[in-house]
Amino acid sequence: MKTTGRFSIAFAALALGVGVALAASGADAIKERRALMKENGEATKPVVAMLKGAPFELGAVQKALKTYESAAEKMPGLFPADSQTGDTHALPAVWTDTADFDARFKKLGADSSAALKSITDVASFKANMPAVFKNCGGCHEKFRTKDN
Amino acid sequence: MKTALALGGVLVVAAVAAASWVLTAPRPLDAATIRAVSEPGDPASGRVVYFLAGCDSCHMSPGQSDPLRLGGGQELKTPFGSFFPPNISSDRADGIGAWSAADFANALMAGVGPREQHLYPAFPYPSYARMSEKDVRDLFAFLKTAPPVAGRAPPDKLGFPFSIRRAVGFWKLLYFSADRRPRPTDTVDIEARGRYLVEGPGHCGECHTPRTVLGGPIAARALTGAPLPEGKGKTPNITAAGLSDWSEDDIAYALSTGLTPSGDSLGGPMAAVVRNLAQVPQADLAAIARYLKTFTPGGGA
Repeated sequence: MKTTGRFSIAFAALALGVGVALAASGADAIKERRALMKENGEATKPVVAMLKGAPFELGAVQKALKTYESAAEKMPGLFPADSQTGDTHALPAVWTDTADFDARFKKLGADSSAALKSITDVASFKANMPAVFKNCGGCHEKFRTKDN
Repeated sequence: MKTALALGGVLVVAAVAAASWVLTAPRPLDAATIRAVSEPGDPASGRVVYFLAGCDSCHMSPGQSDPLRLGGGQELKTPFGSFFPPNISSDRADGIGAWSAADFANALMAGVGPREQHLYPAFPYPSYARMSEKDVRDLFAFLKTAPPVAGRAPPDKLGFPFSIRRAVGFWKLLYFSADRRPRPTDTVDIEARGRYLVEGPGHCGECHTPRTVLGGPIAARALTGAPLPEGKGKTPNITAAGLSDWSEDDIAYALSTGLTPSGDSLGGPMAAVVRNLAQVPQADLAAIARYLKTFTPGGGA
């Protein structure tokens, strides 16, 4: 009896602990993924300006592509089941069509790596960068909504 | 005496019913407009109108990416229920292949279907009504070149009382009758061209203007952003005030690439609009940008 009681308490404590951990992980995941997307945006800003005619700067392009590579690797792990609601713009499709969601990040990573190799000057930049950016819109169309 | 009163009551009810019936009658286009749209159209120009109007966004067959496969049936969720936009492919039985130019123009510009029935304004005819007759006949000519697709969309699933089609007549009395005439499109004035594109074929206000509980646009808040019909999220404010941080170039560039000056990429339903606008001449995107940068609600739209 005593053992069972102690066991129950231990179990309850464990369950509570897991619950707290999960709650924290959901909110943390949202914070973390939003920070990554923010970094993507910041890195993209000068690159968009270059596509519109600002002077070409290879370093900024490479920095952006490396930012996407690293984000593409981390992002799929930042959408735990308990992060569907809260301060997030993620649509339910992230959790109902996870395979497609993950595949898109894989493609963004691969396209970014390829562009890092192929982009060496203005001409190769203008030829190869738009294809990388197609990934952004495709994913935002299906998996993100905004409330601006 | 009692009988007379009862008879009077019946007469009043009958008169109101008859008046409502007359008031809510579908009103097809006048003969002059029908004549103008029935002249032969130019499919090459119609292709541009098609992508400006974004017909594919709602009418393309679901689960595939060809913007010219127009079998319909893609669910459009709204607060009034689910619409299933129809097949507008050139299929003679299931699409609009057997339609006359008059049928087409009545649907597009008057919201009246080929059986003289009201069409629901989920189909943005309140905007398309402002299209020029030339654009309408060119668009019709282009649509005829799209391949036939067999099959019909499922029937709409609307809640009561929105399921009463005749009631759309009341909606039209409230929101449609005032401002439905075609506007000129061939103009050298870039701002006027922009206004035409925004208010007519581009139908920007259909998503960017907030609506009343009855689904009518609130003109005083035109283009200031609105909740997305499907529930989560909002469309942004695209008036001069809302776009104060954007240059005209920024707007035109974002419309055809999705890329914003802040390094974001437009998503949600706007992503499909961007795919379409990538097919449109730069001059038209520049015109849209010019007009939006000058637009303040109250001054029109």
